[in-house]
Amino acid sequence: MPKITYIEHDGTQHTVEAELGSTVMETALRNDVASIVAECGGSCTCATCLVHVDEKWFEVVGPPSSDEEEQLDAAFEVKPTSRLSCQIKITEALDGLIVRTPSYQGR
Amino acid sequence: MSETIKTDVVIVGAGPVGLFAVFELGLLDMKAHLVDILDKVGGQCAELYPEKPIYDIPGIPYISGNGLTEALMAQIKPFGPNFHLGEMVTELERTSNPGFRVRTDSGKTFECKCVVIAAGGGSFQPKRPPIVGIEAYEEKSVFYAVRKMEMFRGKRLLVVGGGDSALDWTLNLQPIAQRLTLVHRRDEFRGAPDSVNKMRALVAAGNMDLKIGQVTALEGADGVLTACSIKGNDGALSRVEVDCMLPFFGLTMKLGPVANWGIEMKDNLIPVDTAAFETNVPGLFAIGDINTYPGKLKLILSGFHEAALMAQKAHRYVFPEKKLVFQYTTSSTSLQKKLGVA
Repeated sequence: MPKITYIEHDGTQHTVEAELGSTVMETALRNDVASIVAECGGSCTCATCLVHVDEKWFEVVGPPSSDEEEQLDAAFEVKPTSRLSCQIKITEALDGLIVRTPSYQGR
Repeated sequence: MSETIKTDVVIVGAGPVGLFAVFELGLLDMKAHLVDILDKVGGQCAELYPEKPIYDIPGIPYISGNGLTEALMAQIKPFGPNFHLGEMVTELERTSNPGFRVRTDSGKTFECKCVVIAAGGGSFQPKRPPIVGIEAYEEKSVFYAVRKMEMFRGKRLLVVGGGDSALDWTLNLQPIAQRLTLVHRRDEFRGAPDSVNKMRALVAAGNMDLKIGQVTALEGADGVLTACSIKGNDGALSRVEVDCMLPFFGLTMKLGPVANWGIEMKDNLIPVDTAAFETNVPGLFAIGDINTYPGKLKLILSGFHEAALMAQKAHRYVFPEKKLVFQYTTSSTSLQKKLGVA
């Protein structure tokens, strides 16, 4: 199974196994990454599962869809490599993926 | 301005579970008033996933959030529920055993026998930008909604966002502002194309400013804003002198005043018994996503079940002298009369 690393704003690091076909958001919730909120449960409507994709990985992950881009308008501290983690599906190609979570997000 | 409304039950939250509670209460002759902070019914179904599919409503293989809301509204129509939308319940006071006085932020007072909290994930409130010290400016120089346009006359305004709220208020406030600057993180707007065109025409004519970037810092003292720093997408910092900032980043769920009502809470949820979904306060119920009990699942269908059992217990408080006879809508003429089908 691919491994994903979440680095939270305070430096807390979670390296976890991810199920193929699930999303980076779902994997975070299953592994108690507290700075992924996912208020809407993965509908791409709330922008509370923002991650900054590690620059080395951005090309593999790819850019947001136009729907997602619109939702990013409702997030803060958006960078060129920011994505909503509910919209990133886990594939073998993402084994080793590193994402960072913004400071403001969290329960 | 105060108005006291007497009713049997006040339901806090007009999401799917709050709406269905009207049905279950109505079958047992209890009248309800619903209060919701959103300006529309449907709760999360309306706000977060109006067009998204729901696949786990029993007997309905597929329905959208809006579809479910509309169907529930049709189902509860015979009971003539009263809605108080765009209002937040701020105070809940126990007046007798059971009996409650409920107040909203717009000055309404309800007197009722039972209160049903069906507030889901809490109340939808504007997202607050994570800018250091912003709290000190709120309601003085930073506003998440426009209540009176006049207070912005002659002011230097900074509107932030790229959706319809940001664009609509830009267009409405530009004529009365001394100068209006719109800030958005990209040079594309998801708002209505007509509004975007009007805004761009104002910019082209030199009547307002558009800046692409994000607000990173506020300057001012004692809640009085004097300037905002904006970081462009190229990393360049600029500074705009302003009197007021209006950020429009949509809504987020906050627990809100529920926490101040003296109800026992656990991890921001309300513990209830599973016989009637009643809290530690008699006559005060919590149903749907906001409650917790062993085995709780945050599903709409669970909330529906909770509403049905809640109504049985509420009946004892509202009509202590009446004996409740369990009946089916399929066969009971009396229930069918209430539904207007007999």
